[in-house]
Amino acid sequence: MSRLSIQTPDRAQLVVESLYKDVENRIAASPPGLCPIDMSLSFLRLCHAQTCGKCVPCRVGLGQLANLIEDVLEGRATLKHIDLIEKTAKSIEMAADCAIGFEAANMVLKGVQGFREDYVEHITNGRCIAQMSLPVPCVSLCPAHVDIPGYIALVKEGRYADAVRLIRKDNPFPTTCAHICEHPCEARCRRNMKDTSINIRGLKKVATENAGIVPPPECAPSTGKKVAVIGGGPGGLTSAYYLQLMGHQVTVYEMQPRLGGMLMYGIPNYRLPKDKLQEDIDAVLATGVEVVHGKRIGTDVSIEELQQQYDAVLVTIGANTDRKLGIEGEDANGVMSAVQMLRNVGYGNKMDYTGKKVCVIGGGNVAMDAVRTSIRLGAEKTSIVYRRRMADMTALPAEIEGAIAEGAELVSLKAPLKIEKDEDNNVTGLWVQPQMISLIKGGRASVKATSEDPVLLDCDIIIVAIGQAIESEPFAKFGLPVSRGRIQADETASFEGMPGVFAGGDCATGPATVIRAIQAGKVTAANIDEYLGYHHTISCDVEIPLAELNDRPQCGRVELPEREACERKKDFEGCEGCMTKEEAYQEASKCLRCDHFGYGIFKGGRETLW
Amino acid sequence: MVNITINHQAISVPDGTTIMEAAKLIGIEIPKLCFLKDINEIGACRVCVVELVGKRRLITACNNEVKEGMEILTNSPKVRESRKNTVQLLLSEHDFKCATCVRSKNCTLQDIANNLGLVDLPFQQKVVKKPWSPEFPLQRDSSKCVKCMRCVQICEKVQGLNIWDVANTGSRTDVDVSLNRKIEDADCALCGQCITHCPVGALSERDDTSKAFKAFADPDKVTVVQIAPAVRAAWGESLGLSREEATVEKIITALRMMGADYVFDTVFTADLTIMEEGNEFLKRLTEGDLDKYPMFTSCCPGWIRFIKSQYPEMVPQLSTAKSPQQMFGATTKTYFADKLGIDPEKIFCISIMPCTAKKGERTMELYYKEFAGNDVDLVLTTRELDRMIKRDYINPKTLTDGTFDDPLKVGTGAGVIFGATGGVMEAALRSAYYLVTGKNPKADAFANVRGMEGWKEATFDINGIEVKVAVVSGLGNTRKLMNAIKRGEVKYHFVEVMACPGGCVGGGGQPIHEGQELANVRGANLYFLDQNAQLRFSHENPSVLKAYEEYFGEPLSHKSHSILHTDHFAWDMPLAPKRR
Repeated sequence: MSRLSIQTPDRAQLVVESLYKDVENRIAASPPGLCPIDMSLSFLRLCHAQTCGKCVPCRVGLGQLANLIEDVLEGRATLKHIDLIEKTAKSIEMAADCAIGFEAANMVLKGVQGFREDYVEHITNGRCIAQMSLPVPCVSLCPAHVDIPGYIALVKEGRYADAVRLIRKDNPFPTTCAHICEHPCEARCRRNMKDTSINIRGLKKVATENAGIVPPPECAPSTGKKVAVIGGGPGGLTSAYYLQLMGHQVTVYEMQPRLGGMLMYGIPNYRLPKDKLQEDIDAVLATGVEVVHGKRIGTDVSIEELQQQYDAVLVTIGANTDRKLGIEGEDANGVMSAVQMLRNVGYGNKMDYTGKKVCVIGGGNVAMDAVRTSIRLGAEKTSIVYRRRMADMTALPAEIEGAIAEGAELVSLKAPLKIEKDEDNNVTGLWVQPQMISLIKGGRASVKATSEDPVLLDCDIIIVAIGQAIESEPFAKFGLPVSRGRIQADETASFEGMPGVFAGGDCATGPATVIRAIQAGKVTAANIDEYLGYHHTISCDVEIPLAELNDRPQCGRVELPEREACERKKDFEGCEGCMTKEEAYQEASKCLRCDHFGYGIFKGGRETLW
Repeated sequence: MVNITINHQAISVPDGTTIMEAAKLIGIEIPKLCFLKDINEIGACRVCVVELVGKRRLITACNNEVKEGMEILTNSPKVRESRKNTVQLLLSEHDFKCATCVRSKNCTLQDIANNLGLVDLPFQQKVVKKPWSPEFPLQRDSSKCVKCMRCVQICEKVQGLNIWDVANTGSRTDVDVSLNRKIEDADCALCGQCITHCPVGALSERDDTSKAFKAFADPDKVTVVQIAPAVRAAWGESLGLSREEATVEKIITALRMMGADYVFDTVFTADLTIMEEGNEFLKRLTEGDLDKYPMFTSCCPGWIRFIKSQYPEMVPQLSTAKSPQQMFGATTKTYFADKLGIDPEKIFCISIMPCTAKKGERTMELYYKEFAGNDVDLVLTTRELDRMIKRDYINPKTLTDGTFDDPLKVGTGAGVIFGATGGVMEAALRSAYYLVTGKNPKADAFANVRGMEGWKEATFDINGIEVKVAVVSGLGNTRKLMNAIKRGEVKYHFVEVMACPGGCVGGGGQPIHEGQELANVRGANLYFLDQNAQLRFSHENPSVLKAYEEYFGEPLSHKSHSILHTDHFAWDMPLAPKRR
């Protein structure tokens, strides 16, 4: 007789396993605006189905919790129900034997505490506070609300220039975003329910690569109004572009010799080739924007002067000074900020790092830019020094992977302690304290120092990439509210009691993404236009192809090709290629056209003007 | 042109035609429930699904356009099965107690279910009945709602008010008052367009028919009924009468059969309104009161609710004249009561209106001598009148023409056209011309303010005075006009506003016809009556002249003011929520 047998999952189990995957994908594609209590109840029922049935709190308690929540949804509850739900959930959380029970109760607790006002509204008014206002997931998650299904349909038909025109209705930086947008639009793409999200950024790249030069639309008749924009980064230029289209005359004040802000002097050429960026800037300039270079506001020109000369003033100075580590030896030669280093390269001063050992401190996208730039400057060894683990890094996974592929070393769980230097004040090494990963706080794993001894990392250059700060002092002096360095504009980008002054982008929100700066540009343009007494609208007359009535089979996602790591790391040329037209057609055909099918055809589907 | 086949029949149709429209061209009907042309093309009910040969999944016919080479099947096994299943699902959440439903026999869902021959329901029924204020003129029964979203769309796209919205998500998705408000607290104009576009019995007017029968049966009450101009153009539609057969005089007979003591024509007070409002207009025009903003008509209660909630700062521009309905109530409880020598408290004034907002307007108060109460005691819509005729088993085919009672007997053609967009303006201009020049213009001199266009304008020269007027109908159009006036883009002296598209003939209290807009046809009926009227000028109405002579003195007299005019600030209206 045999004693053991090999376990194989039965058919039902295999199907359920695949259904788990479906549920996972489905949750990833959850549209915003669903009733949080209805979702809570659904999660709870799922949890209850997972219970093995051994213990009372889980077997019985989760069911009773579900009944109570259903009472709330069905209008059978009183306000006392909320306390009962909370009390029951707490006691299940206390008494359940395993995580299936106590974590299920915890989910309910989080809800009762996190959206109690929804519970109250359901009980007192029989209604939900939540509302589906922007039901096309990609459009609603794009800060600039670009008409994504629209341009995907245009790319599919090979109408690339029309696609660029349509994108420019909401975003005058299509080429830039085609290269470096963090594409929040892809996160909840409904296609996830079928297979994977559409490669939206990739399709935008297809449009911009194939469109040729697309002139901007005609400007509205001149209003005679003048607007000063302080700072020629993506936020300021976006606002300038739309204000010009609305018929106002904009003058951009830019300290640097070239426009583009962080896009020009922060993002390395291999990610965003400058000639590509210039295409977007040229289109902005083609609307008639005037530019004054090299004047420092607050020193060369006062803000008061601008206020007198212009009908409105917009502050979009970005966040481009560095933040210090605050450790011993930070004044040593060879220590510099990532902002400084990348700007130098941006100016064309390509430092020679041949034979050097470089430590880059930080785990964000800017840190990865510094790492990959160091490699391209010839560094013998470049290390990413980070307090936490790779999984905790805020940089895009593709950037981290890119850096490692190009030869970067990852030194994780090491916190900088002090900088070792020689008698000439040159960096010789970086002392780090080993860390261990610890409890999760606020959703993020924290670290604590281990009892191990500090370690010395041998290096000649240390690049600090732990965030950027804002040069807001002149504006604080002028009277704008500033807190923790940020200019405190309200959600309409204006200031109470200060008519005609607006601010937006990184200087108001703190360092963020290019698409959020573009959003700020849209908001400020619209609100400045209203302030000036107009109600111009921005629209696009490109006709969008009808949705195809095709069955849409499951299909893999086309990714953009990259140059081989060993080749690309030798130069600053662009890393990423483009899809073929054939690939683009297939990828675009996968779009589920949420603007036509589903809620989008009813409400909030297509914003044709703003 | 695009070549396709539908059920194997080849057809060539223009580009942009929907599958449903193409099918209709060759006489193939595709059942539909939520679809409302240009207003609601959202494919929500899935009743109109068809098979596109070669594709696995079904597609909706209402909102998908034809493409070259399409082969469509509207009755394939897949379509039959799906359509039946969908309607069964709809019924599982619909309270189909058709025998007690006000929309029975005029219900799109009932029609489809009957046509599909459904005899059983394989699903558990779950019907949700939510509370609603029974006193409110607009009633919503959640247990009947099929979530077609037409009400949401008509209110937003045509009336620009957004009173309705989708409430909740998931299985509890419903339609409810927007922004989590209760209907009593919303800025609803009570236009009733949501009712006339509801395919089922979810939306209706508050039924007041029993109150009317009770009053008729009360020996201590003198029931006085008035019939609004637009009612005569529509009341016969749901009773199987042709437009020629459905005379207003037959309504008189029907009402007398039900027990009404007196039956009058609101056209009388339409003429009276012209005397008051026309004189008011000339007074305000010459006093320079209209240099910046125009005077607005005040006869449409939906519009009054709209201006009070959306543009409260413009309320002083309204004419202070009461609406014809209110003038009628006030006149019967004063002049008529005096003449009859009875206590106005005994008079029970009922009006038959094409309108749901009139049910709200009715509560306006009247103070006269010792009398303190309402001008009008009960408002019935055209639909309620029809139901009462049916309820008493009065055979509309055998009704004969009756006559209106004295002394408020006569109405002119000018008063009749009050029921169509532009009618009040035209009637007012006919008399204003006379008031200024001392002689009548040609009766059709101001005909270019007629027609279904949403926003019309005209300039007239009356004895050297240039009068710029505008006529607008539909509240969405009204909002555009108001914004343009406020921004100084347009300038008028006199503006007529009607809340319902096409005016009262298209009112929210009129008979309901699935998928048809009849305001134009009904309006033509009123213009026909005007054309053939003996009197076509309000200032020539002998009953009106007599009322002034015997009672009111002259237009804008002290007595007229206290009885025939109103204070628009005397009552509160919920303000519009802030618009983004």
